[in-house]
Amino acid sequence: MKTTLIFRLLLTILLLAGLSACGPIEPWVKPYERDHLADPIMSLDPDPVSTAYMLHVFEAREGSRGGEGSAGGGCGCN
Amino acid sequence: MKYRRASIVASILLLATAGPAIAGVLPDDRADILYHLYDGGGVTIDGPSILVRKKVGKSVSFVANYYVDMVSSASIDVVTTASPYTEKREQKSIGMDYLRGNTTMSISVTNSEESDFTADSYRFSVSQDLFGDLTTLTLAYSLGNDEVRRSDDDTFVREAERQFYSVGLTQIMTRNLIMGLNVETITDEGFLNNPYRTVRYVDSSNPIGYSYEAELYPNTRTSTAVGIRARYYLPYRAAIQGEYRFFTDTWGILSHTGAISYTHPWRAWTFTGKYRYYTQEQADFYSDLFPGSEATNFRARDKELSKFVSQNFRLQASYAFLQDGWGFIDKGTVNLIYDQLLIDYDNFRDLTTGALVGEEPGYKLDAGVYQLFFSFWF
Repeated sequence: MKTTLIFRLLLTILLLAGLSACGPIEPWVKPYERDHLADPIMSLDPDPVSTAYMLHVFEAREGSRGGEGSAGGGCGCN
Repeated sequence: MKYRRASIVASILLLATAGPAIAGVLPDDRADILYHLYDGGGVTIDGPSILVRKKVGKSVSFVANYYVDMVSSASIDVVTTASPYTEKREQKSIGMDYLRGNTTMSISVTNSEESDFTADSYRFSVSQDLFGDLTTLTLAYSLGNDEVRRSDDDTFVREAERQFYSVGLTQIMTRNLIMGLNVETITDEGFLNNPYRTVRYVDSSNPIGYSYEAELYPNTRTSTAVGIRARYYLPYRAAIQGEYRFFTDTWGILSHTGAISYTHPWRAWTFTGKYRYYTQEQADFYSDLFPGSEATNFRARDKELSKFVSQNFRLQASYAFLQDGWGFIDKGTVNLIYDQLLIDYDNFRDLTTGALVGEEPGYKLDAGVYQLFFSFWF
């Protein structure tokens, strides 16, 4: 059941990735509209060394692991 | 040794989280110098973490990290079953990002050493920007090899192998909202328990009513975690973030993690407050008190595998300096973070209370976590 769910999710992502090759998809947030997203306060992970340390603190004390990795931002505004 | 499991996962993530902000742009050159201190439950851990990242040419960026844990432990496990100890863990990582068009490929290698434990890991990932850079897709694979030893037995050597598969997706939803999704499956095979840990079982021949014997874990484990987060820009220049993670594994552990944070800039300062709530169900083979010796095929009394609720309160202040640059430095920040960690164990009992066997109250942990660090961009 879980495997099926993950497989479907991956398939969806791959299909979306494949679609990008079929033709340009018009970005609905234009580059000149990304000023808020470019603000440093909008960074999903502004302090990577601190983030890694706290993950270490939690993972040493909890049974869970993973699923917290950063996929990076996507503002395209640098 | 106590921290070995975490060292593996977190170390693999370190260079990943320090990785590219977006796939089509290499991350900024920066240096971070951090001092960390954990104090709670009879355990003190402190040390530095230093990270340097530097571009070479237009397509390659190198990153290196050096991290140390100095552990001084008289934890509840140690007080009830062993002797206080000190331990040093040293971790070194190097990595490289290679940018080509909208694609970034990253590799990294990490080594972690303790007197009785060695972990090596290797990570490879590919990130791709899609749909006018509104979407970033990241695929990653990591391989970890552990060597477990015992400080009191030179002949004891065991091995374990871990494989990590992850898919990450970051999506711009609106001009004020960005979301991230991460799915990660981890498989382990080999010697997975701590060689020093013991379980407690009922023993009427012992005057205190119980005795201890070695833990025994399964030698395989597969876990899946799905995490989602969203960050929203508020109209008066502040940000709010929500996070949720679901976790399940073949040992029967099931957990939910939720967090909310608020970031507010004021002049050269940035303040952040965060609350995190975590709850987990116990592993199938966990028990605080087994009915007898070798009562089950597998057995654990590791409190990290018990049923509990953990809460974390955070305050962070960051101050930006050198905003006009100084020499080769473009800007810098100094940061102070305080986290309070409260864990309320449901079925890991506090044996120091002297209550009747099996009726001891649940253990509670109250810890403070401090971080002071400088970041420089150049």
